[in-house]
Amino acid sequence: MSAPGVALAPERAAALAVSGAGAAWLALLRDLTLAFRRRGQLVQPLAFFAIVTLLFPLAVSPELTRLREMAPGVLWTAALLASLLALEFLFRDDAYDGTLEQYALSGQSLTALMFAKSAAHWLLTGLPLALMAPLAALSLGAPAAAVAGIVASVAVGSVALSLIGSIGAALTLGMKRSGALLSLLTLPLSLPVLIFGARATQLAIAGEAYLAPLELLGALAVLGVTLAPLAAAAAVRISLE
Amino acid sequence: MNWTWFHRLASPPHVYALAGRLTPWFAWPAALLIAGGLWGGLVLAPPDYQQGDGFRIIYVHAPSAWMSLMVYMTMAVAAAIGLIWRMKVAHAVAASCAPIGASFTVAALVTGSLWGRPMWGTYWEWDPRLTSELILLFLYLGYMGLRSGLEDTQRADRASAVLAVVGVVNVPIIHYSVTWWNSLHQAPSVMRFDRPAMPAAMLVPLLMMLLGFTLLFVALLLTRLRGEVLTRERAASWIREALSP
Amino acid sequence: MSNQPLRVENLHLWRGERHVLRGLTFSLGRGTCLQVKGPNGSGKTSLLRTLCGLIYPEEGRVLWDGEDVRRDLRAFHARLAYLGHEPPLKGDLTAGENLRFWVGVRRRLSLADLDAALARAGAGGCSARLVRTLSAGQRRRVALAGLALLAVPLWLLDEPTTNLDADGQELVGQLIAEQLARGATVIAAVHHDLPRAVPAIEQLELAA
Repeated sequence: MSAPGVALAPERAAALAVSGAGAAWLALLRDLTLAFRRRGQLVQPLAFFAIVTLLFPLAVSPELTRLREMAPGVLWTAALLASLLALEFLFRDDAYDGTLEQYALSGQSLTALMFAKSAAHWLLTGLPLALMAPLAALSLGAPAAAVAGIVASVAVGSVALSLIGSIGAALTLGMKRSGALLSLLTLPLSLPVLIFGARATQLAIAGEAYLAPLELLGALAVLGVTLAPLAAAAAVRISLE
Repeated sequence: MNWTWFHRLASPPHVYALAGRLTPWFAWPAALLIAGGLWGGLVLAPPDYQQGDGFRIIYVHAPSAWMSLMVYMTMAVAAAIGLIWRMKVAHAVAASCAPIGASFTVAALVTGSLWGRPMWGTYWEWDPRLTSELILLFLYLGYMGLRSGLEDTQRADRASAVLAVVGVVNVPIIHYSVTWWNSLHQAPSVMRFDRPAMPAAMLVPLLMMLLGFTLLFVALLLTRLRGEVLTRERAASWIREALSP
Repeated sequence: MSNQPLRVENLHLWRGERHVLRGLTFSLGRGTCLQVKGPNGSGKTSLLRTLCGLIYPEEGRVLWDGEDVRRDLRAFHARLAYLGHEPPLKGDLTAGENLRFWVGVRRRLSLADLDAALARAGAGGCSARLVRTLSAGQRRRVALAGLALLAVPLWLLDEPTTNLDADGQELVGQLIAEQLARGATVIAAVHHDLPRAVPAIEQLELAA
C-alpha cells in the first residue's frame, strides 16, 4: 500500500529510531530554548536569592564578624527557597498544554525525560545560584579564599535540590494553590542537603578542609539522580490518569 | 493461580466486616497492657538513680516515638502494595495510618519536651531524636496535606503513595544527617534509652507499654479503616445492608 | 499481524462514582476509522485515554496485534499518536521548533520532511512564526502536521475538527483518509460527524 507522505513507522522504524538519551537531550534543549525566550523569569530566582541574603544584615546586624558566622546558614536557606520558587513552574505549562501527555505517550522512557527536566531546572537555577553565591558570601564577610568551596558546594547541593523538588512538583500537578504544599513536601526531604551544604560552606569560610561534607552532598546528588526521576515519572503518570 | 480468596479478602464489604470483628481482639488487650504498664511504670518501678521520678515519662515517650516510626513504615508498605498491585484497600489502610501516626508523633514531641524541662532546663533542646521526630511530623503533615489537596480519591491515593515511599527512603538519610549535624554542635545528650542494665522492674512495664501501644495502633487503624471504607463506598448498595439494624 | 490489529475486550471504567464504560468490546481493522460519538460527559475522552494506556481501566484489556498492550506499554506508545483537546504546542516556540521537539523526541526528522508536512497541512507559511501569533485553526493544522510526521499505525484523536473552518475540516478528512489508505487505524471522538472525505467509518455511540 502506498500513499503520499511518510511511510508508517514499522517499515522505517530502525532508521528513524531516537535513543532515550537523544530524546532526553531534545527535551533539555526545548526547556532551555523556552526559558531563554522568557529571560525575565530566568532572573527571578536569582533576584530572590540576592534579596533574601540582603535581609539578614538589615535584620540582624551589619557587623561582619557576626554575619560571617551566619553566612552559611543564610546562603543555604536562601538557595533552598530560591530553588523552590522556580519549582512551581517546572511542570505547570507542560501539564497545561499537553506536553506531559505527549512525553508519557512518546514511547521513550519517561524517567529519562524527567531527568532532562530536572537537568534544565538545575542549569537555569542551581548553576546560576552557585555562581552568585560567592558574591553573597563576600558581602557577608567571607574571605576570598572560600569562593571555590562555596561554588562547589552550592553547585553539587543544588543538583540534589532540583531532583528532590521535581518529585514534589510532579505530585502537586494540577492543584490550584500548590505553593505552600510544595514547600511542605519538599523542604523536609531537602534538609540533609541543607545540613551538609551549610557545613561545607562553613568549613570553606573557616579555611578548613570541606571535602567530607562535599562528598556527602555528592552522594545525595547521585542518589537523587538514580531515584528521583523514577518517582517524578510515576507521579506524572498518576497526574495524567 | 487462584486469586479468589485474595479478592474476597480485599473486597470492601468483607474488609468492613472483618475489621469490625477484629477490633475488640486488639482493643481490649491494648487497654489491659497499657493500664498494667502504666501502673508498673508509674507506681511499682523504682525511681531512677540519676533522674529520680522524671524518667517515668519514658513510659509514654518511648512507645510513642517507636510507634511514630512504625506507623510510617506500615503506611509506606501499604502504599507500596496499593501502588504495585492497584489494591484499593491497601490505599485505604495507608490513608488511615497517617492521622494515627501524626498523633503518636505529636505525643512523642510533647512528652519529649516535657522531659527536657527537668533534664536540660528547657522545653526544647535540639536533640537529634527530637529534631528527627519533628521532621517526621512534617512528613506526616505533607502526606495529609497532599491527600486533602487532591480532590479525586484515586489520584490522592496514588500520589500520596508515591510520597510515602519517597519519604521512607528519606527517613534514614534525614536521621543520619541530623545525628551528624548534632554531633558537630553538641555534647552527647543525657537522654538515652539504651542503658545496658535497666532493672527488670523498669523494663517490664516499658515492654508492656510498647506492646500495648502497638495493639492500640492496630485497633485504631481497624476503626479508621472502617470509616475510610464507608466514605469511599458511600454509593455502593452493600452499605445499606451493612448499616441497617 | 492480523487484519484486526486493535481489539478491546470488556472494558469497564469508573470515574469517581460514575460507571463510564460498561463492558465495551470491539475490534478495529486496518484502514478503518472509528467515530466515537456521544454527549458531553459520556466518556469519549476517557475512552481514548484508556485506549492509549494513560488511564488504567477497572476491568478488561486492550490488545494490539493480539498482545495485551500493558505487557510493553512503551512499544505500544511508539505505535500510536494521541491528540488531545489542546494541541501540544508552545506559544514561545515557532511552529517548526515545536514540531522539531515534539516529533523529534520520537523519531529522526529532516527539515525537508518537516516543511513538506506543514505545507501538506496547509500551514506552510507558519514554520518560522511563533505559535503564540497563530490563530486557533492554524495551530490545529500545525498539530495535524506533527501527527502525520509521527508516522504511526494508530491515531487517537479527540475532537480533531474543533476550531477549524470548512476548509480545515475538509483537510482533517483528507489527512485521515490518507492515513487510512496507508493501512492505519484511526479512532476519533467527535461532536459532529467527520468530513465526508473519510471512507470506511464505523460508529460507536456512548450513552451519557
